[in-house]
Amino acid sequence: MTEKQTGFGHRKGSNVENTVPCLALENLTKDFGGLRAVAKITLSIQPGERHVFMGPNGAGKTTLFNLISGEIPATDGRIVLFGRDVTQLASYQRAALGIARTFQITNLLPNLTVFENLLLACEALSRTKFVMLWPVSRYGHLLERAQHLLNDFGLGELRDEPVKNISYGDQRKVEVALSLATRPRLLLLDEPMAGLSSSETHSMDLLLKKLDPAITVLLIEHDMDVALAFAEKITVLHQGQVLAQGTKDEIRTNPMVQEIYLGVDVE
Amino acid sequence: MEEGKKIKHTTGTRNKLAGLVLVIAILVGFPPLLSSYWVGLLTEMLIFATLAMSLDILVGYTGMPSLSHAGFFGVAAYTVAILSTRHQAGFWLCLLGGIAMGVFAGAVLGLFVSHVKSVYFLMITLALGMVLWGLSYRWIPMTGGDNGISGIPSLEAHTGLPLAGPLPFYYVTLFVFALCGSLMALFVSSPFGHTLKGIRESESRMSSLGVNTWLHRYLCYIVAGAFASVAGILWAYYNGFVSPSYLDLTASVELFFMVTLGGAGTLVGPALGAGIIVFLKNFISAYTDRWLLILGTVYILAIFFAPRGLWNRFLRKARNRERITSRP
Repeated sequence: MTEKQTGFGHRKGSNVENTVPCLALENLTKDFGGLRAVAKITLSIQPGERHVFMGPNGAGKTTLFNLISGEIPATDGRIVLFGRDVTQLASYQRAALGIARTFQITNLLPNLTVFENLLLACEALSRTKFVMLWPVSRYGHLLERAQHLLNDFGLGELRDEPVKNISYGDQRKVEVALSLATRPRLLLLDEPMAGLSSSETHSMDLLLKKLDPAITVLLIEHDMDVALAFAEKITVLHQGQVLAQGTKDEIRTNPMVQEIYLGVDVE
Repeated sequence: MEEGKKIKHTTGTRNKLAGLVLVIAILVGFPPLLSSYWVGLLTEMLIFATLAMSLDILVGYTGMPSLSHAGFFGVAAYTVAILSTRHQAGFWLCLLGGIAMGVFAGAVLGLFVSHVKSVYFLMITLALGMVLWGLSYRWIPMTGGDNGISGIPSLEAHTGLPLAGPLPFYYVTLFVFALCGSLMALFVSSPFGHTLKGIRESESRMSSLGVNTWLHRYLCYIVAGAFASVAGILWAYYNGFVSPSYLDLTASVELFFMVTLGGAGTLVGPALGAGIIVFLKNFISAYTDRWLLILGTVYILAIFFAPRGLWNRFLRKARNRERITSRP
């Protein structure tokens, strides 16, 4: 990975962030009909933190991500991003404030080429996206950035392939590349390793380790080893609630977590 | 590998350029040799080609399958008719008024349609199209109802330029067609046009990247409406007469078929589709009353043999051929 890559996330005013949590959730709740998918979650995440969310299926991890990124509106509670209440903002507005995400179920632009996918991600937050009467090929700086991303993720060979034709592992890479293209301050990664082969998992693992330390990263991950290697802090969710939270050593030795991951019922 | 790619690219570009030059040469050079019936038919083809291309921006590029697109065409045509016959407005006022009303209609209707997707989009545009048709049919003091409005001055009389007869009108239409076609081609290859393709592919992805997808769909709807109104203005001058029949559902569905027959998302395809359907409609109906039967057969054949449109089929064949010939 080149310097360009590690340059992501450097934005103006970053010294202010050190005093304000990057993300704060206050009593965040989401009901789907009678089902409470996320129940009064309160937590605070510091800038630059590597935070992993764990929990069994249906624990509300992805719903929590959807709430933070603005895919779905919250039923109750507040989401504060960089000291600003964003609970009412649409997902594109939150993206403009510096949130980016990947999707658990690959969500790319299937009929466009890898390069076009990246190019669109690069222009998504620039004013250039409203230009209607100049060809996009005229915007050298955007093309250059997309090309850099392409090289950084080792996707150069696949540049002109429609995304639907490339392998699943490569699609997952594009997924992460798209989320970094907008130069986020807060990155939400929803199971980036799911379904990857062991070698692909390894390269994805390397990729995550090389992320700019200034970017705050929230990661959903089932694999204990990956989670423990990556995280500074871990939150374990269960039935929409925070079951345990703490540093990785605290979580590792937590008896309740062990029980859940061994499949024993919690009394 | 790199070398092969380069060669393939240049032959592709050369073929494209040669094709374009050939088409221009035919469209410019051929009509003086034709009878006025054929010139008129070609003019009609070009007007509907412009209209079909504007619909393609919505259907093929943005994934907004609109069934009310003939409405813009009609709004602009009626504006020209009303301004020129009742208010004795000049040419430029009619031209600008027609486009302005098309844009206005797009801006108003866009508020209703831009947040809905897929089948719901079809339904709501269907309803809005019917409302526009209903207005033209029932708002008799304004639109003349079923009788329509006749007596729109000819382009020659209105502009004061020596444009009498079908041939000069044909060249005016050809110019407008080329201008609109180039602008639309530029539009779809622009950064904004790219965001539209992205929205077509995955709206949630574009939105999480930071694109206000509603706004982009809305603006696109207005732009497509503006181009459709240009076609409507040409139509009003070409016919000298407007009536509700060009706003009804059949007109919109036929327009939709032009796009899908030719190949949505290509601009060239819908122009081709418009040419074919206008031709079939006029030519076959001169010989038999059962021309709808033949048109229907064409649709069915198209669905079987070129489900993604004639132009897409042609492109794929050409690409395959190139791949075979460029093999070392």
